[in-house]
Amino acid sequence: MFPPQFDYERPDRLDAALDALAAEDAVALAGGHDLIPMLKAREADPGTVVDLGGLDELRGVERVAGDSVEQLSIGALTTDADLLAADPAGVDALLDATRAVGDAQIRNRGTVGGNLAAAHPASDIPAATLAADGTLHLVGPDGDREVSAEEFATGDHETVCGDDELLTRISVPLDPDAAGAYARKTHPSTGYAAVGVAARLRVVDGGVADPRVAAVSLCDVPVRLSAVEDALRGVDVGAPVDAVASAAECADEGVDAPVREDHIVSADQRRAILPKYVEEAVSEALARAVGREGVVA
Amino acid sequence: MSEHEVTVTVDGATETASVEARRLLVHALREEWGYTQPNVGCESGKCGACTVEMDGDVVKSCCVLAVQADGSEINTVAGVDGAPEGLTAAGDRVPEPGSDGDAEFGPVQRSFHEEHGLQCGYCTPGMVLRARDLLADNPDPTRAEIREGLKGNVCRCTGYENVVDAVEAAAAKLEPIETDGGGVGDGTATRGDD
Repeated sequence: MFPPQFDYERPDRLDAALDALAAEDAVALAGGHDLIPMLKAREADPGTVVDLGGLDELRGVERVAGDSVEQLSIGALTTDADLLAADPAGVDALLDATRAVGDAQIRNRGTVGGNLAAAHPASDIPAATLAADGTLHLVGPDGDREVSAEEFATGDHETVCGDDELLTRISVPLDPDAAGAYARKTHPSTGYAAVGVAARLRVVDGGVADPRVAAVSLCDVPVRLSAVEDALRGVDVGAPVDAVASAAECADEGVDAPVREDHIVSADQRRAILPKYVEEAVSEALARAVGREGVVA
Repeated sequence: MSEHEVTVTVDGATETASVEARRLLVHALREEWGYTQPNVGCESGKCGACTVEMDGDVVKSCCVLAVQADGSEINTVAGVDGAPEGLTAAGDRVPEPGSDGDAEFGPVQRSFHEEHGLQCGYCTPGMVLRARDLLADNPDPTRAEIREGLKGNVCRCTGYENVVDAVEAAAAKLEPIETDGGGVGDGTATRGDD
């Protein structure tokens, strides 16, 4: 399989990249594990491929000041492997999800921003970004804008990011007492998540506070599991087992978007296996939060 | 449709070519420059038969444009020698040159032979490169860690059991290089050069 013919540009500055992307049928290339297979399958036929590989300013992981709490800022072109090597504190679910991406070779090329911008419905990183209340920073010809993880994806491979815009970085609040985890059912032949669940919560006065639980590969876009969050709020971390299991049982209540149904996993199966992975992710997040707090369970 | 001059170092040799932008690295390696160790398998980034090292990282060369590799240093399985980075096979008994032909191989390659970690051999170049990379990160992996670590390399012959045996056997031959402040030197297994 060979890609179709296209022109190739490799700008070394962000403004030059935006100029190149302003062309009618230009597409951005980051790690290539979404775009290049699509080119080979002739599902994409761009006039110009704009390789972002020269934009060193979009790489790296750092802590930055935020409005109320510190933020972790991840350059969009940071590879999955580089994020894991940096091993930043306070983003457990994101590191779990990044470890689940593809395989070692794919994580060496694939980027955190590319994973989000590609908006594959079964991608892992978007679940963690949503659970962590992350913000995506876009830049375009009209300037910068910020989009919450909740508003970013709009469909299967569809996002609010315009064709002439670029995702430059992702920021995640670092609540000192928050912990998270990601769990997924790996589909045995595709290697993608049949469902993936990220959970993030805080422990305040011995109870669960501010739980955020998000699922991918359930609907076309990452979704919050609001019924689970409601059931978890205030749960006593001293005896959480039954409470977490019963919270997980109501996993898909309150999910308004249609559950995905395809030749790989049926909608019924996605619904059926969801609670197990909700329970796994929430239990691990709780264990980490309790361990961090030094609370004796 | 743009053409690009590409210069790369492959297994220590400088190679150049003028390629179309759409040319994939695996095809440039095989067809422009004659490095046929990386194989074309699934062509969609899943099987790992096309794995090469690019600037020290294992990558799937069917998902990299040749033009993206311009200026990089590439190793195929034919270009790697001795023990994986940071490890030494000091205690390993290397066969005499000429005894069974294995003396020219490093400990990971030899283990694939000894444990019958291949049948047709199509996946082997990628398997060996990823196994070396895995052992450099984790010199003493469990069988589960080996299976998880080789997730991106598909084998349709062995059922993986002997592949896992081979990586385990290689791990047993290797030990981390003691660093005494002198830096990780070239303490890797050497071989008779005649």
